[in-house]
Amino acid sequence: MSEENKDNWMIWEVFIRSRNGLSHKHVGSIHAPDAQMAIKNARDVYTRRSEGISIWVVESEAITASSPDEKEPLFTPADDKVYRHPTFYDIPDEVGHI
Amino acid sequence: MTKELSLEERFQQYVDAENKVEPKDWMPEKYRKTLIRQISQHAHSEVVGMLPEANWITRAPSLRRKVALLAKVQDEAGHGLYLYSAAETLGADRQALVKDLLDGKAKYSSIFNYPTPTWADIGAIGWLVDGAAIANQVMLCRTSYGPYARAMVRICKEESFHQRQGYEILLTLVRGTEAQKKMAQDSLNRWWWPSLMMFGPTDDHSPNSAQSMKWKIKRKSNDELREEFIDKTVPQAEFLGLTIPDPKLKWNEERGHYDHSEIDWEEFYDVISGKGKCNKQRMDARNKAHAEGKWVREAANVYARKQAEHSKQSAA
Ligand SMILES: [Fe+2]
Ligand SMILES: [Fe+2]
Repeated sequence: MSEENKDNWMIWEVFIRSRNGLSHKHVGSIHAPDAQMAIKNARDVYTRRSEGISIWVVESEAITASSPDEKEPLFTPADDKVYRHPTFYDIPDEVGHI
Repeated sequence: MTKELSLEERFQQYVDAENKVEPKDWMPEKYRKTLIRQISQHAHSEVVGMLPEANWITRAPSLRRKVALLAKVQDEAGHGLYLYSAAETLGADRQALVKDLLDGKAKYSSIFNYPTPTWADIGAIGWLVDGAAIANQVMLCRTSYGPYARAMVRICKEESFHQRQGYEILLTLVRGTEAQKKMAQDSLNRWWWPSLMMFGPTDDHSPNSAQSMKWKIKRKSNDELREEFIDKTVPQAEFLGLTIPDPKLKWNEERGHYDHSEIDWEEFYDVISGKGKCNKQRMDARNKAHAEGKWVREAANVYARKQAEHSKQSAA
């Protein structure tokens, strides 16, 4: 980081577990010079109304995302695999819930 | 050239089908630019919007009012941050956006260039200014750009307390002494018209609106939103026993809306161009706050660097 640019803190993506038993969910991002400050800032910005019980912060640059152009090859192969779903199989009503 | 055209057509179809545009998706350059401008102006408005109210935090009439006002102003800071984050997803640089604001190059909502001389103004701001902002922001929850829409959902959840606390302040004043009631009326007199101006110029004077509507960045026109706001607010004023400062305000049975006087657009453009009562004061306050926070930012940087070195050493 150059001298005049040192105010431009890193961007961190913020994930919050809203309640016990739920997974962390992405809520937005925050600027901070380090991970500890990122957590403190995320607390102030994203949990002012008891929205969470746990926070994860990850440097935005550390995230690798799939590209929208890959959508087809990545996700369409699953579309025709109906046999992966329970409704694909015929079970007589008399059997009851299975 | 034909390829570019087809990309834009595909984009339009995608948006027409009510799909959300996400940061890495292809989008027309103009869509990106329009959003960066709109979202950053929105962010600046949240930030500058703290100033007229912060003026009263130390003088709030009770502890109850004080904690509420403090929480509201803190929310507005948060709203600014959600929005700067949304602008960053489009490739905007936050420091550059903030610098534009501090240099007086960026726009923010002209309403915040009006002064808050009395406590009733805090009530009127919550009720009318936040009320008008809510009308706009509820619409923006359905905007086509995903991160902007999600920021709006968060913001809208927080806004309703802002409006209620404002209305409650006025309700208390109108049930008080004659002088308090007068203070409330005087405040409504001053904030009514600027609040209506918050929705922007009339549709026929809003040249960029059509494209924004087509891209579903905006979902309702300025005039539609303004009308909605008036229809909703007039009964609330009646309940307070206050008079809206517009002799021509009248329910139009046929249209199912209120008719009102012409808005003084000259005042609107004057305030935008820097001739409002508090433009300079607001910019000075922002610059002062930024300068006075410098040592905090520097200290945090030095601390972060030292911690990093420390953990490197202990790992070695
Ligand atoms: Fe806000
Ligand atoms: Fe607000």
